[in-house]
Amino acid sequence: MPERGDPLAPNPATTEGPESGADIGFLELETAGVPGGGLGEQQLLADDAAALEQRRQRRYLARALLRSPTFMTGLVIVLFWIFMALFSTFITQSPTDVDAAAILKAPSPAHWFGTDDLGRDVLARTMAGARTVLIIAPLATLLALLWGGIIGLIAGFYRGLTDEIIMRLIDVLLALPIIITSILILSLLGKSLAIVIIVIGALFTPVVSRTVRAAVIGEREREYVMAARLRGERSAFVMSREILPNITQPIIVEGTIRLGYAVFTAATLSFLGFGLQPPSPDWGLTIATERSFLPIAAWTVLFPAAALASLVVAVNLITDGLGRVFSR
Amino acid sequence: MSTAEQLGNGPDAAPAALEVRDLEVTFHRRGRDLPVLKGVTMRISPGEAYGLVGESGCGKTTLAMAAMRYLAANGTVDAGTVLVDGQDVSTLSEEALRKWRGGKVAMVYQDPATALSPAMRIGDQLAEVYHYHEGMAKAEALEHARESLRRVAIPDPDATLRRYPFELSGGQQQRVVIAMALSVNPKLLILDEPTTGLDATVEAEILDLVEELQGRINAAILLITHNLGLVRRLCSRVGVLYAGRLVEQGPARDVFTDPRHPYTMGLMRCVPRLGMNKTDAALQTIPGTLPALGEPLKGCVYSARCPMAKPVCTRREPDLFAWPSDEGQKGRAAAEAMPADPESYSPHHANPVGEGARHSRCYFTVDVPEMPAETPVLATSLEARGATEGDVLEIDDVVRTFKDGRKQLTAVADVSLNLRKGETFGLVGESGSGKTTLAKCVTGLLAPDSGTVAFEGGVLRPTAGKRSQDALRAIQMVFQNPDSTLNPAWTTRSILTRAVRKLAGAKSGSVRAKVDKLSADVRVEPRFLFQKPMELSGGQKQRVAIARAFAGDPTLVICDEPASALDVSVQASILNLLVELQTKEQASYVFISHDLAVVRYISDRIGVMYLAELIEVGSAEEVFNPPHHPYTEALLSSIPKLDFDTEQQRIALRGTMPSLSEPPSGCRFHTRCHRILGDICEEQEPPFQETPTGHTYKCHIPPDELLALQTAERPAAPVEA
Repeated sequence: MPERGDPLAPNPATTEGPESGADIGFLELETAGVPGGGLGEQQLLADDAAALEQRRQRRYLARALLRSPTFMTGLVIVLFWIFMALFSTFITQSPTDVDAAAILKAPSPAHWFGTDDLGRDVLARTMAGARTVLIIAPLATLLALLWGGIIGLIAGFYRGLTDEIIMRLIDVLLALPIIITSILILSLLGKSLAIVIIVIGALFTPVVSRTVRAAVIGEREREYVMAARLRGERSAFVMSREILPNITQPIIVEGTIRLGYAVFTAATLSFLGFGLQPPSPDWGLTIATERSFLPIAAWTVLFPAAALASLVVAVNLITDGLGRVFSR
Repeated sequence: MSTAEQLGNGPDAAPAALEVRDLEVTFHRRGRDLPVLKGVTMRISPGEAYGLVGESGCGKTTLAMAAMRYLAANGTVDAGTVLVDGQDVSTLSEEALRKWRGGKVAMVYQDPATALSPAMRIGDQLAEVYHYHEGMAKAEALEHARESLRRVAIPDPDATLRRYPFELSGGQQQRVVIAMALSVNPKLLILDEPTTGLDATVEAEILDLVEELQGRINAAILLITHNLGLVRRLCSRVGVLYAGRLVEQGPARDVFTDPRHPYTMGLMRCVPRLGMNKTDAALQTIPGTLPALGEPLKGCVYSARCPMAKPVCTRREPDLFAWPSDEGQKGRAAAEAMPADPESYSPHHANPVGEGARHSRCYFTVDVPEMPAETPVLATSLEARGATEGDVLEIDDVVRTFKDGRKQLTAVADVSLNLRKGETFGLVGESGSGKTTLAKCVTGLLAPDSGTVAFEGGVLRPTAGKRSQDALRAIQMVFQNPDSTLNPAWTTRSILTRAVRKLAGAKSGSVRAKVDKLSADVRVEPRFLFQKPMELSGGQKQRVAIARAFAGDPTLVICDEPASALDVSVQASILNLLVELQTKEQASYVFISHDLAVVRYISDRIGVMYLAELIEVGSAEEVFNPPHHPYTEALLSSIPKLDFDTEQQRIALRGTMPSLSEPPSGCRFHTRCHRILGDICEEQEPPFQETPTGHTYKCHIPPDELLALQTAERPAAPVEA
């Protein structure tokens, strides 16, 4: 990541000569990593073929994603959990109905995942537990992207003293351990859903801002940004309309990474007792309350834990698949 | 001709260094098959230097990769064979291939910085070659490495052996790469754009080196480049590639002085020769664009753009007919005799492998010299443009420094110059000379440390952000890199609309009309307005960038290497466009470039920068002819020229470009000057000498003496033919 911008450092995109200077357009032909031996193609496009080509490109990207096993596996699992979060209560038994006669029963045809210490159906609770996680994690991630994006844009665009101050503050925030800090704040402010979302979002903001800042620094030396300044465009315009649309890829990838962490953090917080309260079927909470039954009724803990793990892994698979397709 | 003669052996004695027969290469990209090379047949004899020229995308690098069997995973050789030193490359095993690459075939790439491992010292990298290919022990290999550095004229071999690549300059890095390539006496040396990206003076030194080494080690050379002057300098034979086909081949001298293919003729016509100026004639351009990769073409690949195309050209692709005339008539005869059904035509098999023979893939090679040319659009003279009416820009003692770690470098040192209304001021200099920094100070992208920039009499605020909208409208800039000059996320129409709104202050009603007019002026068709920059060609992107700069009817446009990243034929059309707009809009230009012929063509006056200083200012003709600054003199002698009638006196500059953080005392150029007077040059900063015509240069040698010195060595051949 470039630190201080060296104004005299050669802009990597502008060495002289047709074949080095012309960025390889989308009809690029790859060579086997031969240094400097790239075909350096210019755009060779006949007119209408170009528009056709672009549509083909988008379809190709979509198809590439659909064909990527990593991406598809992750997507299917996430979609499954989203479906469950929305509709599980219509499909399964009730997750909160207590049945004193069926306490800690092993998995059976009546209860596929068995029952917990209050006679509740574990399957129903496991499926319903997706709801809280899928509310907290995406919202927290979006908040982090929003705040981190703004801070990163400002720091990366202005550089100089502004950048220094912001980045040092970010460094301080990054040094704080996420879980402990969240516990502290949640103890002070209360444990409502909204506060959990805000706290997680705020704690992920520094990492996001770093990624955004790096992407902005890469773009701000580009000539179209200089052209915008020569038009007298205000800074806010340049940041939002000129630079931002060109840094969406790293932001999307960062977002999916943060989503995975957010899922896990949300579950951890509820495990520790901060966040949802019983009788919520939230996975973290369930694992915490059923933990003592692990030796005799492992299913009460295993299924929620597996569900949590599957969601985290699925999100990571999506990130992986996206990253691969974007980098081609 | 200063290249090595071919070995006396005939083609039967030793196997050809490189022999390609009917090569077809296809790339498979995102589900499509893109044929890149088709039916290419050529031969390089041992010890011969062969130049392969063509514009972007013609397939020349692919050919080299195929010769090394180094095509990317998605490239396949569909047909044909490649033989290097008699060995079919496709039959080599993995192990044999590794030995053979670097041993029999060596390659020098365009960017030396990425060809060397940044994590290993130079000595270790060089020794590795000897160790791997000749099984030497480390100490012995290191000794050989030292010797090879000496052979490529690296100043301090012992110290260099211990250095890392990033500690060397670009020119030195390229020398090391050449040393590595030649260390085990390959049969074939492939040079892929070896000097693009290097300064003109450094380029000349590298070419000297290659020339000298070639004479000594008998390697055949395949030089791949878009620069025809390089080929003229180094190669005895040349092949011209277009859209993956070999369209012309023959001895370099013959092909360049008497091209026999319309494409070659078109290329020769669109390159500005040293001495041409825009008031003499417009550059001839090649209409149309390169065919898209994978586009199926009927008949001759060039027919869509050929001014001489006849119906037969689109029916069946011509063979590579041989030339001279008695053979060439066969082409015409074949065209005339072609039956209505091309399938029943029996092909004429030319033999393109004979040395000294010429071949051209055209039915009408006989007619090429009379190929019709576009009607030139002449630029009006300076007076007609009102260029004597007073100064539009005054730069006064501008200084700009940067901090590099703890060091302070002065990028622009006390530069003063005036620009008159309607004129084009060319700014020339090598990398690091300060020309782009100066441009940024004028436009306000950078604020000078001291000094002022005045526009139409009024001093401008140092930063663009503080200038009035009117000042911004009046001074605009066209940038170098077509791929980053337009915002990739916007459509072309929105780019121009925004520019029109902000710069011309147009209200909603007239915006659309103005955008349409702008795109018509730069000849970008309306349908391209709805597309994103990614879908436009390099030339089209630059046109849009020019339209954007002219959105507010500017008075001054600064062009920073606007055509350097474009192919030669596209460059010509951009230059013509700039000249046309200047006449139409009465704008003044500051034209920055490292390409002297282009600057000479388009400029009325020229300024030369060296190491942050402006060392010479004068009219284009004055600066390019004696008496002129010794640096200018050396610069001019180092560019590889295309014309054969002037034998050039190469002036090799001593040493390397000093660092900007520690400029030499006295005259900044004294460390390399070939006309150094003595201690005075080191001790005293030279004054600005002035000739009666107003031409100034910074030197201790007065004009009459300099004129005598500079013309004495060149009695018969002036610089400008």
